[in-house]
Amino acid sequence: MKLIVTATAPDIDAAVDPRFGRGAYFIEIDTETGQWHAHENQAVNASGGAGSQAAQAVVRQGAGAVVSGDFGPNAHLVLAAADVRMYLLGTSKTPREAAAALAAGSLPEVSGPTSPGHHGGRGGQ
Amino acid sequence: MAAAAGSRGAVAPPLRIAVASGKGGTGKTTVASSLALSLAQGEPGLPPPPPPYFLDCDVEGPNAHLFLKPDLRRRRDVLTSIPHVDAAKCSGCGKCAEVCQYHAIAVLGKKTLVFSQLCHGCGSCTLVCPEGAITEEPRVTGVLEAGRAAGGIPFARGVLDVGEPMATPAIRQLKKWAIPAPGPAGAVVILDAPPGTSCPVVEAARGCDYLLLVTEPTPFGLHDLRLAAEVAAELGMPAGVIINRDGIGDAGVDAFCAQAGLPVLMRIPFERTIAEGVAQGQTLVEIHPEYAPRFRALVATVLEQVGSQPMTSSPSGAEPVRRGRARP
Amino acid sequence: MKQLVILSGKGGTGKTSVAAAFTHLAAQGEPPMRAVLVDADVDAANLELVLSPRPLETHEFIGGPVAAIDATLCRGCGTCYDVCRFDAVLPPSGGPGPYDIDPIACEGCAACVYQCPEQAIRMAPQPAGRWFRSDSRYGPLFHAALRPAQENSGKLVTLVKQLARLLALDGGYEAVLVDGPPGIGCAVISAASGADLALIVAEPTAAGIHDMARVLGTTAHFRIPALVCINKADIYPQGASEIAAYCAANGVEVAGTIPFDPAVTEAMVQGEPVTAHAPDAPAARALAAVWQRVSAELLTQGG
Repeated sequence: MKLIVTATAPDIDAAVDPRFGRGAYFIEIDTETGQWHAHENQAVNASGGAGSQAAQAVVRQGAGAVVSGDFGPNAHLVLAAADVRMYLLGTSKTPREAAAALAAGSLPEVSGPTSPGHHGGRGGQ
Repeated sequence: MAAAAGSRGAVAPPLRIAVASGKGGTGKTTVASSLALSLAQGEPGLPPPPPPYFLDCDVEGPNAHLFLKPDLRRRRDVLTSIPHVDAAKCSGCGKCAEVCQYHAIAVLGKKTLVFSQLCHGCGSCTLVCPEGAITEEPRVTGVLEAGRAAGGIPFARGVLDVGEPMATPAIRQLKKWAIPAPGPAGAVVILDAPPGTSCPVVEAARGCDYLLLVTEPTPFGLHDLRLAAEVAAELGMPAGVIINRDGIGDAGVDAFCAQAGLPVLMRIPFERTIAEGVAQGQTLVEIHPEYAPRFRALVATVLEQVGSQPMTSSPSGAEPVRRGRARP
Repeated sequence: MKQLVILSGKGGTGKTSVAAAFTHLAAQGEPPMRAVLVDADVDAANLELVLSPRPLETHEFIGGPVAAIDATLCRGCGTCYDVCRFDAVLPPSGGPGPYDIDPIACEGCAACVYQCPEQAIRMAPQPAGRWFRSDSRYGPLFHAALRPAQENSGKLVTLVKQLARLLALDGGYEAVLVDGPPGIGCAVISAASGADLALIVAEPTAAGIHDMARVLGTTAHFRIPALVCINKADIYPQGASEIAAYCAANGVEVAGTIPFDPAVTEAMVQGEPVTAHAPDAPAARALAAVWQRVSAELLTQGG
């Protein structure tokens, strides 16, 4: 399965980024092989709709699950519609730790948006 | 990916060498990747210099990864901006369709249709809409990838999605992403250009310091070399020629180069062992290591040809430093 | 009337040499297949070098216009510079002055034209190349030469193909044979559009296999049936097997293999297709067999 963890730098051992919509990088990890690469999040500079844009990028990458610090209403809507499971970081400091914690079943799953969102945060029309 | 500025003294933009051909299949990628590895190796007995950057700009059919074997850890989508019309705000005035030079937006009553593959992402419709009804949405047309390759070479490439017509946005974004900012003098960037002579090649070659044209000594090779030389002239770039598969055809290319004043910088004779090695993803320097010093000497010649460039003064205000690699 | 397009993905695999051989074999066949020929590689049009065409008509091709700033009207506000997304606006160097457009970088979007507060910018048509109708040894030939560094190669390709198609329909020809460009982008898409069958000329190298897969993805995307032939097959036999395996796994038929043969280059130097220059050469014999298969398949396509 493809797992995405938001990070501040393009490395599986970099510090996690608690923001989903404006996290600097998506670290994509293949949970079966352990292979990973870093995808730049171009929603970082969007004036509005970053959550939705980031979520669409993640869906395009074929993610099965995402781990981050918070999911705004637009991001949640898009990810839920694409059956991408959302988890919070807990105490994980790096994407590698987050992947291990997820495999151990110790990350809380998210069922609704965790924050009210910023621009246009009405969860879509 | 920007190189850090030198701690003292020289700061200069990197030397950008584009490798092109006109005709496809003459050996651009073989030459470009061999050139990069030769530079990365450095002169024997001396500490190796910082390796050159390598950009595979043939986004329709990137192949350099087969030779340089990069570990592509970093990715970035190639995005174009497509108009999105808010139907609630649209008055049906049709100004957007009127200004669009590509017929990518059509207005039928109060309904608008966007043909995203025709759209060049210029933003004109967004600017002219009197109701402010148009916003721009990103659309992915390809991906950029980067990582370290053989010889420690910082490698980057663009891959156009199958079915997408436009290569130039991917090439433009690749160059912006992967060419390092001015840094320590002596940095070199090698760009492997697409085949042909039209806009994708021009996009790859624009802004480069030198155009290295790889050709084969046949009528097809000659015909297309003439066109490629014209591209160099249009862009005002100095150029030189590498004759690959020397011996298979005739002397037409040599005659043309002499008459056009294009230096022939290297000849690579046709050898079945080279063809077979290249077929398997081996560079020239792996098949015949004696090519490495020849490629390094070629870059030194290119530097001389480019060498009469404006001086760049160092940030400390000391002696101006001529841009280029320090000679070993 | 059927349309065949010859593609490769990677450049240099032998498309034009194969196309030239096919034009000869079609014309000399028992019975002959009357075909109109098109060189759709307008950037680097080489088919004429082996068909000895007699030019009958030459026409200018006007490509997309580019912007031009009237320096007398320009007040140097820089709006064009802010608006242009293609790095085509050149600010004045050394102090205030009029702006200028780089015609090579300009993509012709005209955003600057509409935004200029002084209306100082106009679009000017660009002569982008020429197209030709010629009479070749093996049939009428439509070809073109795009000026170096021009855009709109897709448009020019579409134009020569349409002209060929019209002639073929009017003149009762059985086929249009299109020698395509390398790559997978707009020029290839234009060359392949409307084809009843594509022949992919693959070379058994790592790069050739990689690009063959991408061009097969492209023909599939546009729903054009494809056959593959493996050229210079003996350079890397393992590569040839990989191609065969890939094609088998993807339901694509391999119409034949052609050995590496110096006769091909010799024929090119003499300005002829290899099947005409040296019909008993190994490559010529192999090409005849591939043509048999391709022409048979072409006639069954399209209904």
